[in-house]
Amino acid sequence: MNPFSSGTRLRDMIRAIRACKTAAEERAVVRKECAAIRAAINENDQDYRHRNLAKLMFIHMLGYPTHFGQMECLKLIASPGFPEKRIGYLGLMLLLDERQEVLMLVTNSVKQDLNHTNQYIVGLALCALGNICSAEMARDLAPEVERLLQFRDPNIRKKAALCSIRIIKKVPDLAENFINPVAALLKEKHHGVLITGIQLCTDLCKVSPEALEYFRKKCTDGLVRTLRDLVNSPYAPEYDIAGITDPFLHIRLLKLLRVLGQGDADASDAMNDILAQVATKTESNKNAGNAILYECVETIMSIEDNGGLRVLAINILGRFLSNRDNNIRYVALNMLMRAITVDAQAVQRHRATILECVKDSDASIRKRALELVYLLVNESNVKPLTKELVDYLEVSDQDFKGDLTAKICSIIEKFSPEKIWYIDQMLKVLTEAGNFVKDEVWHALVVVISNASDLHGYTVRALFRALQTTAEQESLVRVAVWCIGEYGDLLVNNAGMLNVEDPITVTESDAVDVVESAIKRHASDLTTKSMALIALLKLSSRFPSCSGRIKDIVVQHKGSLVLELQQRSLEFNSIIEKHQNIRSALVERMPVLDEASFGGRRASSLPNTVSTSNGTAVKLPNGVAKSSAAPLVDLLDLSDDVPAPSSSGGDFLQDLLGVDLAPATQSEGTSQAPKAGTDVLLDLLSIGSNPAQDNSVSTPDILSSAQDHKPAIASLDVLAAPSLTQASSSTASNMMDLLDGFAPAPPKPANNGPAYPSIVAFESSSLRLTFNFSKQPGNPQTTTISGTFTNLSSNVFTDFVFQAAVPKFLQLHLDPASGNSLPASGNGTITQSLKVTNSQHGKKPLVMRLRIAYKVDGKDVLEEGQINNFPRDL
Amino acid sequence: MIRFILLQNRQGKTRLAKYYVPLEDSEKHKVEYEVHRLVVNRDPKFTNFVEFRTHKVIYRRYAGLFFSLCVDITDNELAYLECIHLFVEILDHFFSNVCELDLVFNFHKVYLILDEFILAGELQETSKRVCIFSYALTIPYIL
Repeated sequence: MNPFSSGTRLRDMIRAIRACKTAAEERAVVRKECAAIRAAINENDQDYRHRNLAKLMFIHMLGYPTHFGQMECLKLIASPGFPEKRIGYLGLMLLLDERQEVLMLVTNSVKQDLNHTNQYIVGLALCALGNICSAEMARDLAPEVERLLQFRDPNIRKKAALCSIRIIKKVPDLAENFINPVAALLKEKHHGVLITGIQLCTDLCKVSPEALEYFRKKCTDGLVRTLRDLVNSPYAPEYDIAGITDPFLHIRLLKLLRVLGQGDADASDAMNDILAQVATKTESNKNAGNAILYECVETIMSIEDNGGLRVLAINILGRFLSNRDNNIRYVALNMLMRAITVDAQAVQRHRATILECVKDSDASIRKRALELVYLLVNESNVKPLTKELVDYLEVSDQDFKGDLTAKICSIIEKFSPEKIWYIDQMLKVLTEAGNFVKDEVWHALVVVISNASDLHGYTVRALFRALQTTAEQESLVRVAVWCIGEYGDLLVNNAGMLNVEDPITVTESDAVDVVESAIKRHASDLTTKSMALIALLKLSSRFPSCSGRIKDIVVQHKGSLVLELQQRSLEFNSIIEKHQNIRSALVERMPVLDEASFGGRRASSLPNTVSTSNGTAVKLPNGVAKSSAAPLVDLLDLSDDVPAPSSSGGDFLQDLLGVDLAPATQSEGTSQAPKAGTDVLLDLLSIGSNPAQDNSVSTPDILSSAQDHKPAIASLDVLAAPSLTQASSSTASNMMDLLDGFAPAPPKPANNGPAYPSIVAFESSSLRLTFNFSKQPGNPQTTTISGTFTNLSSNVFTDFVFQAAVPKFLQLHLDPASGNSLPASGNGTITQSLKVTNSQHGKKPLVMRLRIAYKVDGKDVLEEGQINNFPRDL
Repeated sequence: MIRFILLQNRQGKTRLAKYYVPLEDSEKHKVEYEVHRLVVNRDPKFTNFVEFRTHKVIYRRYAGLFFSLCVDITDNELAYLECIHLFVEILDHFFSNVCELDLVFNFHKVYLILDEFILAGELQETSKRVCIFSYALTIPYIL
C-alpha cells in the first residue's frame, strides 16, 4: 500500500491546513495532499476512497481545483455500502453540477439506487437527484420518482415531492403526470409531506394551466380545511415556533391559496373566512407571526376583491409601518406600493407614517418610502407633502439629495395648483439643492416665470433675495441672472408688489453688482457666465446710468480664452458703444414663451430637442456663427406667434427677434438647419411635412423634420442654454451686418395687393387640392394660402398627410391640418393653411412640389406633383 | 426558491456553500466574494434584506458567521429569516452549542443536515427532531 495514502486522517489534514500562517504554506500542504490523493486514485485504492473524497471536498471548499476527483464520486456511488454511497453522493453534489457531462454516467447508478430495497439509499439518490439533475436525467428518471411519491415511508415521499419540483422545472411537459399523485399528497397529515406536497402543487399550477384548473376545482376546500385545522390546532412541541404551530406550513398554504384564488371568484370566496381569521388572530409580536401576516396580506391583495378583507390588510400594513423593526417596515413599504394600485384611498390614510419613513436612517427604507410618497401625491395633498419633502431636503444626505430633488421637482411640476406656489417651491429647491436640479427642470421654471406676467416683479425680487443668501447653487444663479436681466426694472422700481412681500430697496448698481459677481465667481461655468453677459447687456439698456460700468465689465472678457465669452463680450461691447439706437429694441422684454408647446415637446421628445440644440451649440463656438447668417434670414417665418413689436425696426427686425421665441425649441430647430446642412429646410419632401398631430401650432413641423436628422453630437448639455442666447447673439451680430446695410433704407411701403384668384393646385383621379390666397397688408412677401382637399373617389382616405417643398428663395410654413381623414365623394374636406414668404418677390413666382400620402382600405397611396400655376405676382 | 446558501465568517472564508443553480467555479467564487462584501459592511440597524443582482439576499449574523440565503425577488423575506433561524437552532442542537470550529471539522455532517432541511431550493422539513435524527446522520464516519 502506498505509504502516503493511509497517512493523514481528515481531521489531521484540516488541522494542518489551519495551522498554516501564510497562503504559500497552505498551498504547499494542499499540494502535498492532492498528490497523495491522486496517487491513491491511480492505484484504485478501495479502503480509503471515502476519506480521500472527504479531503477533496474540503480542499474544494477552500477554492482549489479538484476535478480529478470526479470519477471517484462515481466509483463510490457504485459501491454497495451505505456509508460509501453517502459520501459519494455528497461529493457528487459538491464537485459537480448539472452542466457537466460526467453526470450522465451517474444516471444508471442513480436509477438502480432509486429501486433499492434499502429505503435510506433511495433517500440518498432522491436527494442527489433533487439537487443537481439535468434535463436528460430528469426525463429518464421521472417515472421512478413518480412511483416513489406513493412510497410507504413519509420521508421518501417528501423527498420525492421536492425532486419532482425540480423535474417539472427542467421538463415542463412532464407536469401532467404528477397531477394525480399530488392530489393525494395534499391530504396527508405528516407535516413534511404536506409542506413539500403543497410546494409541488404550487409549482405545478405555475407551469400548467390544466393543473391549475384541476386543483382549483378539487382541492381548494380541502386546503382551506387544512389551514383551519392548523390555525386552531393545540400546542405541538415538535413544530412550535414562537407559539405558532409550524408557521412555514401556514405560509406555504397561504401561498397556494393565493395561486388558486387569483382570478377566480369562487375560489376566493371559499377562502375569505380563513383569511380573515388568520389576519385577525395571528400574534404579531414575533417574526414568525409577522411572516404569516405578511403572506396573508399578499394573498388578500392578489385574490378577487373583497372590500372588508382589503381594509383589514391595509390596516395590518399600517401597523407594520409603525413597528420599530426595520425589516417589518421595509416589507410593509414594499407591499403598500402594490396596494396603491388596488386601493389608493386606504393607503392615503397612512401618509404621515410613510413621510416619517422618508427620513429614516436606513437607505433602502428611505428609497422605498420616497417612491411611495411620489405615488401618493395628488392635487389635494400636494402642498403639505411638498413642504415636508423640501424641509427634509435640507437635512438629507448628499447621495439621497439627487433622488429627492428629482422627485420633488416632478411633483411640483405635475401638481402645482398655482403659479406663485410653483415658483416659491422651485426657488426653495434651487436654493437648497440647485446643483442636483437637471437642466430641463430649470428651463421649465424659466418658461413658467415668463408666462406669469403678474408675478415677474415678485419673482425677480425673491431671486435677488435668494442670491444674497446663497450663491453656490449653479442653477439658482442662472435663473436669477436671467430674471434680473429681463425684469431688472421691476426689481428696482418695486413694481407689482404683492401683499405677502416685504419691500426691499434695490438700486440699479446693486442689481449690476449681483450679475457681476455671478460672472466673476470662479465656480461659475460657461453657461452661467454667458447668461450673465447677456443679462448685463439687457441691464445696460434698462439702466442707462449704469451703462458705462457695464461696458467696463463686459469688455474685461474681450480676451477670454473661451470663444463663447470672447464673442459675446466683443459683440455686446459693440452694441453698447456704437448701436445705442437699436439696443433697446434688441433687448426688450422677451415675448412669452409658449408653455404648452414647450411642455408638450419636452414630454414627447426631449432627448431629440436637447440634442438638436446641442448640435447647434457645438457649431457656434467653433466660430461657425457667421454661416448661419444666410439660413437665419430664411428662418424668418418661424415666428408665427410673435406679438406685434413695439419697436420701430419694422417687420424684419421683429422677425429676427422672434427667433428668440421658445428658446429651447424653435431656435434649436432653426439653428439645427444650418447644422444638418443648409439643405435640410429645403430638402424636398421633408420640409413642411405635417404630422397632423394635435401638438401645438408652428414649430413642431420644422422640428419634427429636424428630429429625423439625428445629430451626431449629443454630449454638450452645458451649452443647451447658450443655444438660445447663441441664437440671439448671432442674431445680434447678423442684425448688425444686415442693419448696417439696411439702416438708411426705410421699409418699403405696405403693398396691400389685390385679391388673388384661387387655383386648383393639384388634381388627380381621386383627389383635388384648391388654393386660396391672401396677403397681409404691409407684408408683400408673405402669402397665406388656404388649401382645401377634396376626395373625388368613393373610398374614404385615412391617415392623410400633406407635404410640400419649395426652392431656396422661398420659405414655407405649414399649419396642422383640420383632420386626417377625408370622407369619400367630396362629402367633406380637409383644410390646411400654409404661409409662403418669397424673398425674390416680384422677380420670381412661387413654385411648389407636393407629396400627398394616405391610406385606402389599409393600403398606402402616394401622390406627387408640382404646382406651377401660382398667380404671377405672389 | 432558494438559489444558494452561504455561511461565511467575517474574514470572508466560506464555511459552507450550497448552490441550487448551476454556476462555474469561477462564478461561484465571484458570487461568494460579492455577497461577503455586501453583507459584512452593513450596519446592524439596517434591514436584513439586500438586493443582489436580480435577486435578493437575506442574511443574518450569528456571532462571527454570516448566514446568507439568496432567493427570488417575489419571496417572503420574513419567512426566510425564520428559516435561517431554524437552521441555526438545528445546528445548535446537533452539535450542542455549536461554534465555527465545529462546522469546519464536521463539514460533511453539516452538509448532510442541510440536505435534510432544504432540498432542491425548497424547505423540506420543519421539525428539528426529524432533521437531526435522520438515519443518514446516525451511521458514523471513520474518516
